[in-house]
Amino acid sequence: MKGNEAFAEAAIRAGADGYFGYPITPQSEVMEYLMAEKPHERTGMVVLQAESEVAAINMVYGGAACGKRVLTSSSSPGISLKQEGISYIAGAELPCLILNVVRGGPGLGTIQPSQSDYFQSTKGGGHGDYRMIVLAPSSVQEMADFAGLGFDLAFKYRNPVMVLSDGAIGQMMEKVELEEQRPRFTEEEIIKNTPWATTGKTKNRERNIITSLNLDSAKQEQHNIDLQKKYKLIQEKETRYELINCEDAEYLIVAYGTSARLSQKAVDLLRNQGIKAGLLRPITLFPFPTKAISELADRVKGILTVEMSAGQMVEDVKLAVGCRVKVEHFGRMGGIIPSPAEVVEAMHKKIIGG
Amino acid sequence: MTEEIIIAGFGGQGVLSMGKILAYSGVMENKEVSWMPSYGPEMRGGTANVTVIISDERISSPIISSYDTAIILNQQSMDKFEKSVKPGGILIYDPNGITRHPERKDINIYTIEATDEASKMGLTKVFNMVVLGGFLKLKPIVHAEYIRKGLEKSLPKRHHNMIPDNEKAIGRGMDIIEARQLLN
Repeated sequence: MKGNEAFAEAAIRAGADGYFGYPITPQSEVMEYLMAEKPHERTGMVVLQAESEVAAINMVYGGAACGKRVLTSSSSPGISLKQEGISYIAGAELPCLILNVVRGGPGLGTIQPSQSDYFQSTKGGGHGDYRMIVLAPSSVQEMADFAGLGFDLAFKYRNPVMVLSDGAIGQMMEKVELEEQRPRFTEEEIIKNTPWATTGKTKNRERNIITSLNLDSAKQEQHNIDLQKKYKLIQEKETRYELINCEDAEYLIVAYGTSARLSQKAVDLLRNQGIKAGLLRPITLFPFPTKAISELADRVKGILTVEMSAGQMVEDVKLAVGCRVKVEHFGRMGGIIPSPAEVVEAMHKKIIGG
Repeated sequence: MTEEIIIAGFGGQGVLSMGKILAYSGVMENKEVSWMPSYGPEMRGGTANVTVIISDERISSPIISSYDTAIILNQQSMDKFEKSVKPGGILIYDPNGITRHPERKDINIYTIEATDEASKMGLTKVFNMVVLGGFLKLKPIVHAEYIRKGLEKSLPKRHHNMIPDNEKAIGRGMDIIEARQLLN
């Protein structure tokens, strides 16, 4: 299966109630797959092509307000259009799943893979002090796994979750194992599981109001304080990363997504040259594995970050490391994927010999 | 065993589907596989290529810059990928439409007259399976029974009546592939 198709199938199996999207390369297979698969016949899930990205994200807003498991997907320019809705959803503390199959920018840029939306995904994107949980798949398997995980985290924290993929992982095919079909929640289960949702007022409780608007500054500040508490809790509980060959590593690569795959090959090539290299692969970009990187910084001689961007995640790595060891960035832009050999060369030039 | 392959040619020649059938066959044989296509405007009439990796171990990078085998089906792809074959590796090409033949001395080179053969068979669509047959003759990395399963998996059901023709084409490809330059 292609990464995009695996995500779509996994979303059905995760018991999604609705998908709202608008086509854009390189993620159009998500909606194509869903339309062909007719989940309304399989599980009752709604699949709808909206008239625009803005409409799609607001349909997600509405669906989530009703306690439904809803998702959307797009690629970079489309995700930019969705930012207003994402900010509102974060402000209203609603759970939802958003897939970004990143392509190179800025603007319409290219349709080829890139990782230049890291800042947008992890530092806001829309306005206001908010954070999304950001999951970064590096295989088709994880594209599938993160649909279910994404929904679970979204509902656990009442927070939007973004799966930050890229054109390479969306388009490539690999083996994938899918989870069994989870039943969609019934109306009764939704009322029980999400007592905050707008499921219809009953006599024994006050009205549930979903809004991101709060004209009383004191109340809004308290809301911001509560949000920050939640984000801190997410940082404590939900940080995920993978360590590859880090036990004896003297030189560390930090990379996520597609870059992590080719960096893994670069680690093998470096080890063949007798250089003790290791890879830390952040799986969550927010929360970022700051602590794990900080601990490794005490043991390694230098750190190279590999990203298909001008260097965005490198800032978070530098914050984690301080000035203890050298941290350099290597990357390609505009839809070019660096080769493992280029990563090896960069490690030599910028870190080992630099 | 890890085999890293690039298949490159015109869009519409069946480059991506050939890679897909190979990848699915690998999956059916319980091997690790990755299939990484070029996508986008170049697919429509321009050049298309796909990287297929089949391995007994977990595949690290699905994106690579040198290949064990390059299967080249037009001149643009020859110009682009001849240099990407690993020393000692294999380059297979269909001479039809090739104006500049490969020049490297450090690789094994084979030709396969797949365009001719497919039109002789009266089935121009199975061109890509003739090429696949030639490749499998040199690198029998998946067994014939799994190729059939791969065909079943990657062809839509309405085209399953074409499977015997596809298998015949694979067989013809195995027969007609010729060595042009062999390393000792």
